[in-house]
Amino acid sequence: MKNFSRDISLVLGGSAGMGIQTIEATLVSVLKREGYHVFASKEYMSRIRGGSNSTEIRITNKRRASFVKRIDFLFALDADVIPHLEKRITSKTIILGERQKVCRGTTVCQVIDVPFTQFANELGNPIYTSTVAVGIVLGMFRADEALFETYLRERFARKGNEIVEKNIEAGKKGYDFGKHIAYNEGIEVNLSQNKAVEKEILIDGNDALGLGILASGCNYISSYPMSPGTGILTFLAQHKKEFGIVIDQAEDEISAINHSIGAWYAGARAIVSTSGGGFDLMTEGVSLSGIIETPIVVHIGQRPGPATGLPTRTEQADLNLVLYAGHGEFPRAVFAPGTHEEAFFLAQQAFFIADKYQIPVFILTDQYFLDSIRSFPEESLQTLTPENHIIKTDADYKRYALTPDGISPRGVPGYGQGLVGIDSDEHDEDAHITESAEMRVLMHEKRLGKIKGIREEALLPTEIGDVHHAEMIVISWGSNKGVLEEALIHIDDERIAGVHFSQVYPLPENTKKLFAKKKVVVLENNASGQFANLLKLEYGIKISESILKYDGDPFFVEEVVKRFKTLIKDFEL
Amino acid sequence: MIDKKLYDMPKGTDMAWCPGCGNFPILNIVKMALSELDRAPQDVVICSGIGQAAKTPHYLRVNYFNGLHGRALPPAIAIKNVNPKLTVIAESGDGDTYGEGGNHFMHTIRRNPDITNIVHDNMIYGLTKGQASPMSEKGLKNPIQPDGVIVDQFNPLAVALSLDATFVARAFTGDILQTKEIIKAAILHKGYALIDVLQPCVVFNKQNTYQWFKEKGYYVDEAHDKTDKMKALELAFDLDRLALGIIYQREGKPSYETLVREGNEPMFERVLDTAALNTLIKSYK
Repeated sequence: MKNFSRDISLVLGGSAGMGIQTIEATLVSVLKREGYHVFASKEYMSRIRGGSNSTEIRITNKRRASFVKRIDFLFALDADVIPHLEKRITSKTIILGERQKVCRGTTVCQVIDVPFTQFANELGNPIYTSTVAVGIVLGMFRADEALFETYLRERFARKGNEIVEKNIEAGKKGYDFGKHIAYNEGIEVNLSQNKAVEKEILIDGNDALGLGILASGCNYISSYPMSPGTGILTFLAQHKKEFGIVIDQAEDEISAINHSIGAWYAGARAIVSTSGGGFDLMTEGVSLSGIIETPIVVHIGQRPGPATGLPTRTEQADLNLVLYAGHGEFPRAVFAPGTHEEAFFLAQQAFFIADKYQIPVFILTDQYFLDSIRSFPEESLQTLTPENHIIKTDADYKRYALTPDGISPRGVPGYGQGLVGIDSDEHDEDAHITESAEMRVLMHEKRLGKIKGIREEALLPTEIGDVHHAEMIVISWGSNKGVLEEALIHIDDERIAGVHFSQVYPLPENTKKLFAKKKVVVLENNASGQFANLLKLEYGIKISESILKYDGDPFFVEEVVKRFKTLIKDFEL
Repeated sequence: MIDKKLYDMPKGTDMAWCPGCGNFPILNIVKMALSELDRAPQDVVICSGIGQAAKTPHYLRVNYFNGLHGRALPPAIAIKNVNPKLTVIAESGDGDTYGEGGNHFMHTIRRNPDITNIVHDNMIYGLTKGQASPMSEKGLKNPIQPDGVIVDQFNPLAVALSLDATFVARAFTGDILQTKEIIKAAILHKGYALIDVLQPCVVFNKQNTYQWFKEKGYYVDEAHDKTDKMKALELAFDLDRLALGIIYQREGKPSYETLVREGNEPMFERVLDTAALNTLIKSYK
């Protein structure tokens, strides 16, 4: 008897174009409606058709948001899946697939045969096999069949009655087959279901961030496509009509950022979305934003570099890039969401800080975060009232009026009697070029002085566990929040606690206090420990150890737990 | 008509241009054109890049965005998109527009925003002391090519025409009245308007002088059919004699801001539709 009562890792593997995404989308939706907590993340190759890709769907009785190495059920859709996922398959992994196709060329192949070709023939079209696959999973789970049918009716309603009925038939075939497998193999699934989950929002990181960008009142995007930053451009383009957004697909990233800064200058709220390679080209625009004190919000979906790196994989190695992008000195802020709810909130905070302080602000995500799907209650979406910091100008308006806090009221052309000038050269209060050493110092100090206010408004990190009493603190930033949380639950040791940063620059003033007399370990998805270095540089925090990963994959919960155990020994906690 | 003096900077404003520079007449012409077209300073934005010509917005009283080298056009497009009520002029040099900003030049023409692009064309890099520009003639000796420029000149008019620009003109600073009329027509033109304004750099370009432009330049006559693109291309490709005036103009092509947004209201007046946002959020259930 194989019993699953807490936590299932179901992986779907196949080549691009085989319908894995459809199966994933359908499964997570139906399972969520069934009251299960779901979390899905994917990995894929940089190609349009073929290759070997996979999606992991975790079905759990508690809320989880991380990637595990373990595979309980593997749906192998072609022969490449088993070699591709070799390192994650164990004798406990239950592999399902069409034996004839999956086991091609292998002698030892323990696969539960799912005759997809036969199903396709019976249904008259291979297009229905994805619905069959979903049915099989739900059958094994003994999920509510009526709920599944309702879902299929909704999903295919637009495509006409015939398609709806065919999918229901396919779903039923799969469902019965799944029940049959469960019986034959002695598989028992009894995860607890939670009614409240049914009503939750199910969303991927990209759309959660996109909703936050909409909530911030953003109405302008100029960007050049680059994975995984393109998703935000696409998301806003899909909703341009309802929200009155101007979409500009720029000729290059240089144009995109200069364009977007021009949009802010004229009174829009603009964002550019890109990845590290695209952002390289934008750095001149960042320093422009710095000196002309015109806001800009830049979203960077990180992927491994340098240069083209691993285009579809994940990494957190562009922190240094955004911290130091642009020449000269000027203030900035960097946010990195750890969860979907954080992404929704931080997008708004990014626009708020950019607008209030008239600075460049960065949102750092990564492929893993953007592509991962999970559900959470709608109430956890925190909305900020969009504030517009534009003023109506008087005839004697000066764009760069020297003020005690360094913030000069920002006017826009055509609103009021004043004239609004900006200049990339050093300038006087009226925005005219100057080489006066005295004015240079005044203007430079005015700009740099804003960091004080930005720091005062910096978001506090999230404490996980009893930080006060712990001996070892593990720090994460950005998309590693979920894995840190879960690894701490597994380790279940009060000597270890976690601290997660969603604002990574500037850090709140009292950050250092959290770490006094503790062993500090930083967990990050890069090879040089960029955040650890920032903590040392900015706060003189002594870092005892870094847990780093840079192979293009996100952290597995298992490997983090293993590292924790070793560290407990090494530190003689 | 708006009093031209309204655009003047206070007396004693320090100007970086050399005595005799062709930038001075262009500045004066732009002020005259704006005044005759009745454009209030508050409703005009000049975008520029970097270079001596790019300093123009500092010498007249309008709104301005003096940004980065080669980047006058992207913010100009954005400003027009955000507030179509503004008169937007991108005004920069030949190096800035055709060299550093070449890609933006090309793609701005394709978009056809309702902006006026005045290029101060002195066929040399002035601010960095006399290197070749994309407009420098083959053979022109300069500090970097002491034996003379070895590559062909850029041809902005031919490029613009081939990309279906709807207003293409060439002007000469030596003729203030004609240049003013061309710039006025460009501002009134609905869509992207290019005016390549020939001007001497009296310090660094000893080859393309006032006299040289005078001898090379001639106005297209009254009978010239501005809508004849092949004829316009023929004129653009003739580098022995430089045709002046509006070489090509065609109405009716939609301008970019009318394609990417609805209405004319400035975007800073827009408020977030929270009801639409809530509906969208709920659609993820």
